[in-house]
Amino acid sequence: MKLSCDISVKRLTRVEGHGNIEICIKDGLVEKASWDVVETPRFFEAMLVGKRYENAPYISGRICGICSIGHTLASIRAVERAFGMTPTSQTEKLRLLLKHMETLQSHILHLYFLAAPDFLNAGSVLELIEPHPDEVQRAARIKLLANDGADLIGGRRLHPTRTVVGGFTMLPDRSALAALERRLQAVIPDLKQAAELFASFTIPNFSRDTEWVSLKGEKGYPFIGGQIISSDGVVKEEDEYLAMTNEYMVDHSTSKWSRLSRESMAVGALARVNNNFSFLHPLAGETAALFGLTGISHNPYMNNIAQLVECVHVVEDSIHLIGELLGSPWQDPRQGVTVREGKGVGAVEVPRGILYHYYSFDSNGRIIKADCVIPTSQNNANIHYDLHELATVMADQGKDDMEIRLLAEMLVRAYDPCISCSVH
Amino acid sequence: MKKDGRSYLGVEVKRPRVAFFELSSCEGCQLQILNNEATLFSFLSLVEIVNFREAISSRSDEYDIAFVEGSVTRADEVERLKRIRKRAGVLVALGSCACFGGVNQLKNRFDDLEWVKREVYGDHSVETMETQPLSAFVEVDLSIYGCPVKKEEVEEIVTNLVLGKSVDHPRYPVCMECTAKGNTCLFEIGEPCLGPITRAGCDSWCPDNRMGCWGCRGVADEANIPQFREVIRKHNIPEDVMLDRMECFGGFRHILAEMKEQDEKGQME
Ligand code: SF4
Ligand code: SF4
Ligand code: SF4
Repeated sequence: MKLSCDISVKRLTRVEGHGNIEICIKDGLVEKASWDVVETPRFFEAMLVGKRYENAPYISGRICGICSIGHTLASIRAVERAFGMTPTSQTEKLRLLLKHMETLQSHILHLYFLAAPDFLNAGSVLELIEPHPDEVQRAARIKLLANDGADLIGGRRLHPTRTVVGGFTMLPDRSALAALERRLQAVIPDLKQAAELFASFTIPNFSRDTEWVSLKGEKGYPFIGGQIISSDGVVKEEDEYLAMTNEYMVDHSTSKWSRLSRESMAVGALARVNNNFSFLHPLAGETAALFGLTGISHNPYMNNIAQLVECVHVVEDSIHLIGELLGSPWQDPRQGVTVREGKGVGAVEVPRGILYHYYSFDSNGRIIKADCVIPTSQNNANIHYDLHELATVMADQGKDDMEIRLLAEMLVRAYDPCISCSVH
Repeated sequence: MKKDGRSYLGVEVKRPRVAFFELSSCEGCQLQILNNEATLFSFLSLVEIVNFREAISSRSDEYDIAFVEGSVTRADEVERLKRIRKRAGVLVALGSCACFGGVNQLKNRFDDLEWVKREVYGDHSVETMETQPLSAFVEVDLSIYGCPVKKEEVEEIVTNLVLGKSVDHPRYPVCMECTAKGNTCLFEIGEPCLGPITRAGCDSWCPDNRMGCWGCRGVADEANIPQFREVIRKHNIPEDVMLDRMECFGGFRHILAEMKEQDEKGQME
């Protein structure tokens, strides 16, 4: 019998923000498969107009509670580039370390609290506490470490208090930094066990060719600034971000959509691993190999695995960074700021993909124009077309609607969409 | 409320059904609760969470306490909020967006809402309205201030709620917490700070990190605004730097209006 079903998921759970999935199949044919963002816009780009420069990171960090550190750093980078400032190498290292803490906490939150329940047949992480106490404890331990690290460097895990244009308001205590390094060393076995857990899951076997966009690695796996590349061969400078994002509006979504060389593109952990695999640290590379993630993968569910790989990478990289920071005496934490007329772009790889902030300033350092392009908006079209393809494949295989619904929800969750962020 | 044999100091404690909702927000305040790994699971055992979309798939419409994060910026949110109010015994405004409008109310400083929409969406039509706190539409039983809220404070407040104790906010400003720690005042290094006029309770979170206070918890009951403006002038801090901060979260809205009125009067005299 040919399959017919109507699937409508309103306000999908275990994702950040508000989005709906609609799938309609009639006699084995997909009539509709859609990803609709219904989040209310908050108009950050308008709010910032007329504000002095120091408001930019402070306010725009509040676009998102999960990646507030990433927004703050992208914003600061855009301001500093507009004013022609170059951060000191100490500031660069501390910022990267802070970013790593956010990546680790965000990925673990997603992997264990949002994604894993689907693979273990549970409605939430709370239902996992009894059958899998060690796993839940492990997740809490890794997240706690990452959040403590973010507190130590940024002052606060959410909406950081020490990060400013010019550097930091104060520096971490050196012995606390050394203690953080010991905890990072100790968390490596935890991550190995996390990899074993995820290796025991059946990752849905589904692929759709797409274009992967990320920062371009030069000396290392890229997180902050530099050129932007796509797996279809596009290369652009940071300042040319608009040519990489091409945002447009669709009627069924309050979030903008993006495209590059095809009808859709994807950013995020899988895009970064796909584009910059050779820059991964050794243990991260081994973790990727464990899952066969060594060439380009077009399976969106593998984004979960790419996040796991990145968890290992940022832990290894943080250990290096702390070694370097402790290897030399502290310099001044903060440089002076001289405002000037100008404009600047800051591109930063945040947990869910590449994030851009852009501002132009008048000669008093007041914002004339602001623009923020969010990873999830760059992924919206890809999620949408993936859902269509998934529905088509499932309809062909005659899967029942409950199964299609679960796989569709898992597909959207795999992107770890940050919807309030994407609407901002 | 459901009784399930839990006790505190020998007294049986009811385990309330708790629901979390978000309107227009960054979801950071809810995350503060998930972000509290050390005590999260014991905290969760104090209450029965029946609705927490960000973490839990099942949903229920029966709850005793509703935590609502975010501000109201669209007509459908007014309806949702009213529905939540009807069902909840206690409605808690969680975070500065819910209490004052938060950063979201910054768009209200433009008189022309159409300009705001065009600036972000061009000619594409989107629905929005002036940003409002929850209290503009429903009765709020309890406010938890902060952008973000402080998790220790949330847990304390929830514990008090569960035990039926009253919840009091400090009347004094952040400065009291800051000076009690012996911090060097930021004004001495030329950094502006709203600590003298902002409601305490965050344990001088930002000044402890050498970042001036931006007033996220709103105006303190015991704030002395004229004296504060004097301090600003004495330290040669441009008044617009202060005004930027005072308008950031919406918690000084009436103070700013009063200041403007007084200044206009002063000019006329
Ligand atoms: S009060 Fe601040 S942290 Fe809380 S939801 Fe609003 S913007 Fe986010
Ligand atoms: S730093 Fe701020 S909060 Fe602390 S004493 Fe000075 S004005 Fe008050
Ligand atoms: S110091 Fe001020 S801005 Fe910082 S948390 Fe406290 S009230 Fe909010």
